[in-house]
Amino acid sequence: MKYIIAVIQPDRLDDVLQKLEEKEIHLVTVSSVMGRGRQKGIPAVYRSHKEAGSLLKKTKLEIAVNDEYVNATIEAIVQGAQTGEIGDGKIFVMDMNECIRIRTQETGNPAIG
Amino acid sequence: MKKVIIEYKMLIPAILFILGAFLIFARQTSTPAMMTVASIQLPVAAQAAAASNTMAIHPVAVPAQTAAAAPISRINSGDTAWVLVATAMVMLMTVPGLAFFYCGLVRKKNVLSILMQCFTIMCILSLHWVIIGYSLAFGPDLGGKGLIGGMEWAFLEGVGLEPHNFYATTVPHQVFMIFQCMFAVITPALIIGAFAERIKFSSLCVFVLLWATLVYDPLAHWVWSNGGFLSTAGGMGVLDFAGGTVIEINSGMASLAAALIIGKRKGYPDKISPPHNLPFAVLGAGLLWFGWFGFNAGSAMAANGLAANAFVTTHLAGATAAVAWAIMDCIYNKRPTVLGIITGAVAGLVAITPACGFVNLRGAIGIGLGAGVLCYPVVAFLKPRFNYDDSLDVFGVHGIGGIWGVIATGLYATTSVNDAAANGLFYGNPAQFWIQCKAAVITIVFSFVVSFILLKVVDAVMGLRVTDHEERIGLDLSEHRETAYTILE
Repeated sequence: MKYIIAVIQPDRLDDVLQKLEEKEIHLVTVSSVMGRGRQKGIPAVYRSHKEAGSLLKKTKLEIAVNDEYVNATIEAIVQGAQTGEIGDGKIFVMDMNECIRIRTQETGNPAIG
Repeated sequence: MKKVIIEYKMLIPAILFILGAFLIFARQTSTPAMMTVASIQLPVAAQAAAASNTMAIHPVAVPAQTAAAAPISRINSGDTAWVLVATAMVMLMTVPGLAFFYCGLVRKKNVLSILMQCFTIMCILSLHWVIIGYSLAFGPDLGGKGLIGGMEWAFLEGVGLEPHNFYATTVPHQVFMIFQCMFAVITPALIIGAFAERIKFSSLCVFVLLWATLVYDPLAHWVWSNGGFLSTAGGMGVLDFAGGTVIEINSGMASLAAALIIGKRKGYPDKISPPHNLPFAVLGAGLLWFGWFGFNAGSAMAANGLAANAFVTTHLAGATAAVAWAIMDCIYNKRPTVLGIITGAVAGLVAITPACGFVNLRGAIGIGLGAGVLCYPVVAFLKPRFNYDDSLDVFGVHGIGGIWGVIATGLYATTSVNDAAANGLFYGNPAQFWIQCKAAVITIVFSFVVSFILLKVVDAVMGLRVTDHEERIGLDLSEHRETAYTILE
């Protein structure tokens, strides 16, 4: 079992979700986050005061998958989120100890899917 | 022990109620104020006659027969209807107009503090106005120098339902009073933009009461009262239709003083988050613009051609300045910004305020253009250069816009619009231009100096600023124990 966290450009979310759907990965948690990497954002201007813009709006996806789905998930995220520009984001893959479905208290692999 | 404290606290409202009732009763027994209420129940003809006598400046016992022979009321229903509506429109400028304009520009953690400050100022200054403010500003002159009104009209004694002989002669005196009340309310509310996000609420309340008494009321007396030393009625003769000096320059200079005394926000200029909700600011600016029609056209004190002129010039100046600001944004920032265009509109509305009843459409466009072109560099370049934190640009927009408007009135004023006034420089009367300049300088100096002293005093006695920790948490939580937005359901 793996826990995959991806930080992507907010405007790529729809594409990533569609690619995941195509690969039958339906379970995903999405949140709006702020972050920064090497990318420089578009600085906002308020009454001619340019914001430093050090933190940028990003979208974070969290997906728990069984091992056989890891590559498909990564592939889907890359396909959906890649533009080739700096700031496309990152994918982190972590080992996951346990997963429990609250409704049935199933654990392990069946609980994920 | 604890129980005793609770009971004591519960008694406070009752004590306040009894005190208040006593105060009102004490005033009413010594004045004919009750009679105005009684007169409403009389037949129409007798009512008009009785009311006109009741409301005479020096109430005397008038036999009923004499009262019946008194002249018919001079109240004009059209004028009265318009000024009543205009009054409500000006009220809307403070809350929610200015409140939302300002609260959209601050950070999430200070939204409620701005709304609370605007709302509180409206309430306490309305009370201040009827108790002493109106009398200080418009009451019979004290000492004949045109510097301050006497206390004859305190508690609105003698301010009744018949028109005054000098102020707004076709609407009830109380309508003129309440219209002016809204002006007295919005002016201090404008200042809060200078010390937003760091002012201590209790100090703010004390400051605005002092400021209204010692800065606003005298200045209103100088410019607008019968015999005021800057006024057209026996004074220097400054043309200020709706408050370029009294409201705009005044609030702008007080804001500059406030920004200098209270100091910069923590992290200013680079570590301050952007405006938390620009749509709110747009909503507020729209409401301000709407209210400004009441503010300026209502100042005609009649539903007539002059009101129409003020209405149209107001609209045009706002539109012109907004476009000017957007164009300058395109030049200096490569993009027209939303905050820019609404700021420009407000600057134009500020600048036309003293001029709207004296200039024609060409004048309005000139004044609007000037407002955009002059306020923009102050906000965009001068403020960062001098590194003062006038947080919401009250000085840059109201101060500079007001100064320009008052001076520009001396350029563009024409008697073809208002034959009771004077021509400006462009219509062959340089004298008026000098009067406008002198009045602007007097207002600038008076407002800045007295505001500076008042702020210093309040700062020394009770402290103007919240602690660093409270500022970091945000005023919503630290000053009011509330937050504007929940994040979780």
